[in-house]
Amino acid sequence: MIPELGHFALALAVALAFAQGVIGIFAPGLRDPRAMRAAPALALSHFLAIGAAFLGLIYAGVVSDFTVENVADFSSSAVPLIYRISGTWGNHDGSMVLWCFILSLCGATVAAFGQNLPASLRARVLGVLGLVSGGFLLFTLTVSDPFTRIWPPPLDGAGVNPILQDPGLAFHPPVLYTGYVGFSVAFAFAIAALIEGRIDAAWGRWVRPWALLSWCFLTSGIALGSWWSYYTLGWGGYWFWDPVENAALLPWLTGTALLHCAIVVEKREALKAWTVLLAIATFSLSLSGTFLVRSGILNSVHSFAAAPDQGLFILGLLGLTIGGSLLLFAIRAPVLAASGIYAPLSRESALVLNNIFLCSIAAVVFIGTLYPPFANLLFGIQLSVGAPFFNQTVLPLTAPLIFAMAIGPLMPWKRAALAPALQRLWLAAGAALIVFLAATAERHVIAALGLAGGIWVVIGALTDVAERIRLFRIPLGASVARLFVLPRAAVGATLGHIGFGVMVLGIAGMTLATQKVIVLTPGQSTELGGYSWTLNDIHDAPGPNYSQRVADLTVSKNGQPFLTLHPSRRFFTAQKVVTNDAAIHTNGFQDIYAVFADEPAGSHGAELRLNRHPMAPEIWFGGLIMALGGGISLSDRRLRVGAPSRNKKPEGAVA
Amino acid sequence: MRAPKKRRLYLLLACGVCLSAATGLSLAAFSSTLTYFLSPASVIAKNPAPGMSFRLGGIVQVGTVATTIDAGTPTTSFRVTDGQASIPVTFTGVLPDLFREGQGVVAIGSMTTAGNFSADEVLAKHGASYMPKDVEQALEKAGKWNPKYGPPPAAATWNTMQVKSTSSS
Repeated sequence: MIPELGHFALALAVALAFAQGVIGIFAPGLRDPRAMRAAPALALSHFLAIGAAFLGLIYAGVVSDFTVENVADFSSSAVPLIYRISGTWGNHDGSMVLWCFILSLCGATVAAFGQNLPASLRARVLGVLGLVSGGFLLFTLTVSDPFTRIWPPPLDGAGVNPILQDPGLAFHPPVLYTGYVGFSVAFAFAIAALIEGRIDAAWGRWVRPWALLSWCFLTSGIALGSWWSYYTLGWGGYWFWDPVENAALLPWLTGTALLHCAIVVEKREALKAWTVLLAIATFSLSLSGTFLVRSGILNSVHSFAAAPDQGLFILGLLGLTIGGSLLLFAIRAPVLAASGIYAPLSRESALVLNNIFLCSIAAVVFIGTLYPPFANLLFGIQLSVGAPFFNQTVLPLTAPLIFAMAIGPLMPWKRAALAPALQRLWLAAGAALIVFLAATAERHVIAALGLAGGIWVVIGALTDVAERIRLFRIPLGASVARLFVLPRAAVGATLGHIGFGVMVLGIAGMTLATQKVIVLTPGQSTELGGYSWTLNDIHDAPGPNYSQRVADLTVSKNGQPFLTLHPSRRFFTAQKVVTNDAAIHTNGFQDIYAVFADEPAGSHGAELRLNRHPMAPEIWFGGLIMALGGGISLSDRRLRVGAPSRNKKPEGAVA
Repeated sequence: MRAPKKRRLYLLLACGVCLSAATGLSLAAFSSTLTYFLSPASVIAKNPAPGMSFRLGGIVQVGTVATTIDAGTPTTSFRVTDGQASIPVTFTGVLPDLFREGQGVVAIGSMTTAGNFSADEVLAKHGASYMPKDVEQALEKAGKWNPKYGPPPAAATWNTMQVKSTSSS
């Protein structure tokens, strides 16, 4: 019964979403205030309907209702509760419902908290969101229905893919999807502004928090995914330049650009058309990221299996959304005149430069990701573009970005000079130079460049704060007091830059990683990375829905054992799958990582892969700091209080 | 020059420099890093030069996976087949969790002078279906399986589907 109710709620949501779309977009043109007020109400009920459908699906998973095909295929009664819930979105059909649920949540949030928006703008924004949501809900309902029943039901489900039975998977998709989908709000604001034909600082003040919020989620989602692959796949890698990963990186790059140029719109009312274009591009890339992979166009190790008719439907939706919005942009963009004027050397120009760099990086990643399917389609050859391509193109383009990243925030608005900014960076430059020389002395040029770049960005960002609180120029207590009254947006921006620098440090450190694959019998030891690794024992151990073999390793330095590791091999009997559970020990600046890969026949020992990863944790710490910076920036006073005129006349806000 | 005009000039200049750098880098990287996908039959046909990196895809032939240990370093060897030819592969490292005999696999590496494929990386699919798309197309081309006519044949039959005309090395 519950799945039928869920199915009905889904159908209801389609109707409500399209109603929201049509009424929201056309009501302002008809100047009908009652119709305009209907849009938020529809957005809320549309959210409730999808929420009901989503809950119905989760319920079917939790009670293990195997008459529902989705549950029978991707869950089983032996699976722990949390994975029965997360299994709901661990497959294609269920993840579509989650996607639409988050989209409607965004719409409901705009409806609930947008009372101070001009009524026509709010109706149009909700209308755009409603149309997008309606399209994808229709897709879910017609060709990717998660509530399909099967008869006769199997005695037990096929179970969740063992690799996906991991806390990382429980949180990674919802967080990543929230990031992707959150950009729909910036997109809807962009489209609404194109229809209205005007953009002002108030518009920027609305778009920026949404872009920032989605960016935080996207950053955390990517970091979580990277961390998940690092510890579950047992390859010791954190980024493989796989199409799915690139698909998440692309909106992150343009989203980061959007974040920066929305500041210019808000503060200086310049770069309007460009901001609108970036908002459209970011959401388009989010959509493509989610769906190109599913439509089977991009060939990836991560992709869900999808039927061809699903692919066509999705392609149609993508074409309509992206093509339609770009067409609208082409027609209406000339209306958006810029009013702010700035010199070639200024904060504005620095932000423009940031945008150019980020978009160039996005362009090469885009080309590298999409060239193989096009080559296959046009020339019929099968080829792949792998990590070497991206390393050769992205790294040289990132270098100037890193260089400029420390200088930009030190430039004043409107008109600046390079010399004072550079003068203030002597400390960062000196530290970077020392690190570079120290690391080149050990003949690691790439690592040296990366470490120097990371140090440069981190110290550069700290210099900016030190300047603002007048550190060492006024008494320390006064400086600390100033630190606490700094605008939160400035603190957030600094943290964002520091986080990026820390991540660069981590990536550079990982180029120095050492690894070794070896077979050890109990009692034998081997040397790697200055440590001695001894295999003590291999034994069986029980698990909830698997059996496992565990290897006991002792790691010692200078003869002193300081660590025991227990990597294991897990045998999932239901799926006949073996997984490796890596043992990772971290001290914050280095990971010691061991994988129990196999027990080769006749060797009476364990095949182990031992890794030493200097600075690896910094990659995810960096991501976390970036997301945290975004969060702090979101709590800035001007976004809460100074938001579009609350007490003034409504038309004042858009004028 | 008036300020806005000058500004636009700088902007265009910056865009131009970045774009041309991006294009140049992409083209240079394309020419040196593109890796082709070959099925065992096309490896036999095209005979790629030793050391040239490519992706080899097919099915892990049942009963061919073996591990030898040389001074503590394990080397896994197996054969990859598309039903027409099969290529011996050697790999040192941790095989993916989903690597199994009779399942689709993609290996990245190059041929050695001895006629082995030495893999640097071995990928097995970890999604809902276990058949990499490249492999699926290769099998379809080899006339062994067309996805239109149902699921792939049982894994155990792959190694008996050997040999059409090629003498598999």
